[in-house]
Amino acid sequence: MTRKRPVAALLFFILPFGLLFAAFYLAPIGYAIKQSLYTVERTGTFGPAREVFGGLVQYQRVFADGPFWESIGRVLLFGVVQVPVMLGLALLLALLLDSGLVKGRRFFRLAFFVPYAVPGVVAAIMWGFLYSPNLSPFTTLTSKWDLLSADLVLWAMANVVTWVFVGYNMLIIYSSLLAIPQEVYEAARLDGAGAIRTAWSIKIPLVMPAIVLTTVFSIIGTLQLLAEPQVFRTFSSAVTSTYTPNLTVYSTSSIPNFNLAAAFSVVLALATCLLSFAFLKVTQRGGDK
Amino acid sequence: MKLNRIAPMVIMGACTLYFLVPIWWLLVAASKSRSEFSSTDPLWFADFALMDNLRELFAYRDGVFLRWLGNSIVYTGGAALLGTVLAAMCGYALAKYRFPGREAIFNVVLSGVLVPATALALPLFLIFSQFNATNTFWSVFLPSLVNPFGVYLARIYASASVPDELLEAARLDGSGEVRTFFTVSSRLMFPALVTIFLFHFVAVWNNFLLPLIMLGNERLFPVTLGLYTWNTQVNQYPEVRMLVLTGALVSIVPLVIAFLLLQRFWRNGLGSGAIK
Repeated sequence: MTRKRPVAALLFFILPFGLLFAAFYLAPIGYAIKQSLYTVERTGTFGPAREVFGGLVQYQRVFADGPFWESIGRVLLFGVVQVPVMLGLALLLALLLDSGLVKGRRFFRLAFFVPYAVPGVVAAIMWGFLYSPNLSPFTTLTSKWDLLSADLVLWAMANVVTWVFVGYNMLIIYSSLLAIPQEVYEAARLDGAGAIRTAWSIKIPLVMPAIVLTTVFSIIGTLQLLAEPQVFRTFSSAVTSTYTPNLTVYSTSSIPNFNLAAAFSVVLALATCLLSFAFLKVTQRGGDK
Repeated sequence: MKLNRIAPMVIMGACTLYFLVPIWWLLVAASKSRSEFSSTDPLWFADFALMDNLRELFAYRDGVFLRWLGNSIVYTGGAALLGTVLAAMCGYALAKYRFPGREAIFNVVLSGVLVPATALALPLFLIFSQFNATNTFWSVFLPSLVNPFGVYLARIYASASVPDELLEAARLDGSGEVRTFFTVSSRLMFPALVTIFLFHFVAVWNNFLLPLIMLGNERLFPVTLGLYTWNTQVNQYPEVRMLVLTGALVSIVPLVIAFLLLQRFWRNGLGSGAIK
């Protein structure tokens, strides 16, 4: 069967998104790369500034920038701890909701999801108050540990992120649990497998794609950490202007040194893509066994 | 057998406390007068001053907070609504038509999902400043329209919920492709579209870096950026603290209402993209 391709309709469907995507996604990426290859030169200290092609000069600066790599190390540490804790909790809650052992599922689902409605900035402000020793309702806790000190503030932020996103991740995993056909459980029931055994050997492998998806999103989110540390700067002097990679980008661009900031952005975006891509590859290979 | 049921309920109960106590605290805190905020039990009401706090919040600096709230609703509602339609059309075309370059387009859009939005904020600022368009409504609104993940979801949903036979039948009836999309296909995809809309809405509502970099004029701020700037002033002007707390409470309300109203959609539609 041959039919004339509806070119006009296709253009109508694709062009509006395509143009915006090109203008506000592709163009900025290209522009950032171009900017990162330039450098500002001055003749004398007070001479006029002009942009000249600098090759990889900015990238040399990025790689020599100690605080930037410290901040990368910091968010990686954050992610290695926070992502498994958050997703582990999300998985546990999703399995419990699905197990039939819990009454009031509708209520719990909603209660756990509500924090997702709180914007990151607002969640950070709220928890910042809750951590402040003189304002917190949990004074027994905050008097023993200073949650806003240099040692603990990273984990205080990890708690904010966990609080916001557990319910969202739980819901993604839970809806893919719901999609498992009931027949799958029949065999397990005949074998006399208990709830825990069923969860471990049947449910978890079947919702693996959902877990992988939520992990990738969490990795991306972790490397982009910005709102929480930016807000916490008000509450804690331990959070510096280069605490996370994105804060470095922001403070470099407000110096302003756009060329260097653009190079930071490019490196950060590349690192993010590489890491989530590598994670996808590793998990896919694991699935082939 | 008993223990089997008690342990799960204990976990659920503890988690409910963890998730809801901070919001409860915010509600209680926003209902207190400034003097009672630090002198009374943080988790229980004192004299109920929520109305006074709200009045003060909306009156402060010529009602700038109301303006921020309005801005947020326009940025977010507008971008999510229009963005969902655009993503749906594109995803639908990628799912239902075969044409050269289809896979290439899809892959480019998909890799857009992996590019963190924050990496785009700075170059977007530089581009907009070339057109002298930073610090405008459009500098935040236009970039917020683009939602590659929405295209990805729309393509999956369109493949799953719009049968080819139906499109064929519509063609035989003489219905144009575009009309078929709006009258037939979009209805079949509707629950999925609500999910895309909701995701997009939350993403834009939470967006912080883009307005932070783009906007200098306070009258254009979304509510998150506004609250953030107030919060940075708390140490200098302690009276702003009650405004921040009350404002934080008010800023949560629209999303909670949206979630409650659209519950039956997100409850089951949310994971469909992850199953495939």
